[in-house]
Amino acid sequence: MSRPTTAASTGVRWSVPLVLLVLLAAVPAVANAADMGFAISLVTRVMIYAIAALSLDLILGYGAMVSFGHAAFLGIGAYAVGIASAHDEWNAVVTFPIAIVAAGAFALLTGAISLRTRGVYFIMITLAFGQMAYFTASSLSDYGGDDGLTMWGRSEVFGATPFEDDTAFYYVVLACLAGCFLFARAVVGSRFGRVIAGVRENRLRMQAVGFNPYAYQLVAYAIAGMMAGLAGALLANHAEFVSPSYMSWQRSGELIIMVVLGGMGTLHGAVLGAIAYLTLEEVLSHWTEHWRVIFGPLLILVVLYARGGLGSLLRRSGGDG
Amino acid sequence: MTATLVAVQVLNGLQLGVLLFLVAAGLTLVFGVMDFINLAHGVQYMLGAYLAVTFYSLTGNFFAALVLALLAALAFGLVLEFLVFRHLYDRDHLDQVLATFGVILFLNEGVRIVWGAAPLSYPIPELLQGTIPMMEGFGYPIYRVAMIVAGLATAVLLWAIVTRTRVGMLVRAGATNPRMVSALGVDIRRLFMIVFGFGAMLAGFAGIMAGPILSVEPGMGDSVLILAFVVIVIGGIGSIRGAFVSALLIGLVDTLGRSFMTDIFKAFLAPAAANQVGPAIASMLIYLLMAGVLFFRPSGLFPAAGR
Repeated sequence: MSRPTTAASTGVRWSVPLVLLVLLAAVPAVANAADMGFAISLVTRVMIYAIAALSLDLILGYGAMVSFGHAAFLGIGAYAVGIASAHDEWNAVVTFPIAIVAAGAFALLTGAISLRTRGVYFIMITLAFGQMAYFTASSLSDYGGDDGLTMWGRSEVFGATPFEDDTAFYYVVLACLAGCFLFARAVVGSRFGRVIAGVRENRLRMQAVGFNPYAYQLVAYAIAGMMAGLAGALLANHAEFVSPSYMSWQRSGELIIMVVLGGMGTLHGAVLGAIAYLTLEEVLSHWTEHWRVIFGPLLILVVLYARGGLGSLLRRSGGDG
Repeated sequence: MTATLVAVQVLNGLQLGVLLFLVAAGLTLVFGVMDFINLAHGVQYMLGAYLAVTFYSLTGNFFAALVLALLAALAFGLVLEFLVFRHLYDRDHLDQVLATFGVILFLNEGVRIVWGAAPLSYPIPELLQGTIPMMEGFGYPIYRVAMIVAGLATAVLLWAIVTRTRVGMLVRAGATNPRMVSALGVDIRRLFMIVFGFGAMLAGFAGIMAGPILSVEPGMGDSVLILAFVVIVIGGIGSIRGAFVSALLIGLVDTLGRSFMTDIFKAFLAPAAANQVGPAIASMLIYLLMAGVLFFRPSGLFPAAGR
């Protein structure tokens, strides 16, 4: 019975992302027809966080690197765009690469130190670097400090303004998400990705075979940082505002929740998790301002009883059931 | 003048240090003995303060409120252990982080519902009001000195329990090799419960003492939790001695950094730049310290034996 299972999981591997892509692509048309324009903005935000969660899944799900400071990369990307706008640089062709490189450089630098540690020490040292980024942002008094920095508009591309229109921006973000997803898929499927997964399974054996786990993990960490930096640049454009709260440790915790909620190590699970988390937040917070009282226990129940997250539920219903 | 200022800040640093030690002690014990990351430890600190608010308004007496809140914090810790944490001991760290994150979300919001979002407070007991004169027209509050003394006394008590009693021996053995302890016929679940309840009570104690000088508000445990994690990681996870040394270190570094960093930078930077850089460096000083310690000693200053 191994063949049907494999076929089913291969099916899930591509069918779930494809269905997601079609559904996401249809959102603006449906929302405009149903006169629910706010949905476009909501789903744009969801997709931006999905990119960040995707990047975290790359190192958390495939590399077992539990980064508790992932929000820092998001924030650095956002601040790069925000600070550039404060200096009247609006061209996305300039600012987006700056955001990505800045986040990647921070990841390379902090990863080089963090990856010397293991287990809970890694969780804590990434948290420490996240906090450093948070306090640095809070102290940028020229750029709003604690209060954050308002951008007076969205990025341009050589004078054109494809981001101004919400629907156009929506498709830009969707394209970024799809691009990141395909890129992450390619990384995971490559020889490089297999080494990363191999280190997760048995570090010593990979070393014995002749790989240098540290170097591979560091590169993966930097790639994830750059991807989260892109998400940050989009987030700044979406909110037209950047603030230190983008980098708070709670935000890093939320990203981990998204990945685990959707199912680690599947990539599309991270997207599902982001959708589930932010939709749940939106729905519950409309219902009551104390939505966390409901969400907290829900999270505990998911951890206790639904191991593998939403992705595994889909796989189970698609594969075995 | 400057010497007095330094002395005052050293005392403030010690006071923050013992507060952190009380929170970190439970955290490091729970981690050392059960290999359990409890992010919800910070909300137990917060609950201690809120319970004291309630019991103070009922009794009108600080010390009665202290005792009642301690008992309630203990009971609450045991209930949480029974309902949630017990089911997480044999899970991996990621599951523990997530589930206890859920507990934080729930309790922070629950507190907001029960006690409201506005900061609350209760007064310093009359016995401990007033100041100890340090120089002409300036004194150091007795209450803060009492906090330092109470914290140090708790540290000594804890040291005595861990090194001189049977339960302490089991805790040390459990931190080194829990399976062996279990195989030797010790009810490890009961040991876990005791350690957990005791840790919750210590965190509650810190919260109760902090109540009169800090504002009691939802989320007050979060920042303390992060600091306590920095403490136990620097000290070496599972080590009470390490937690004590690094709690005082963190308390002093943080407090002195915030007080003097800007002035230090003014010595070699333009005042405007110093005012900009000083506070930023001061608030990340302890994280720099932690990154530095982990760089040179990846398992902390006093790594507990056997891990």
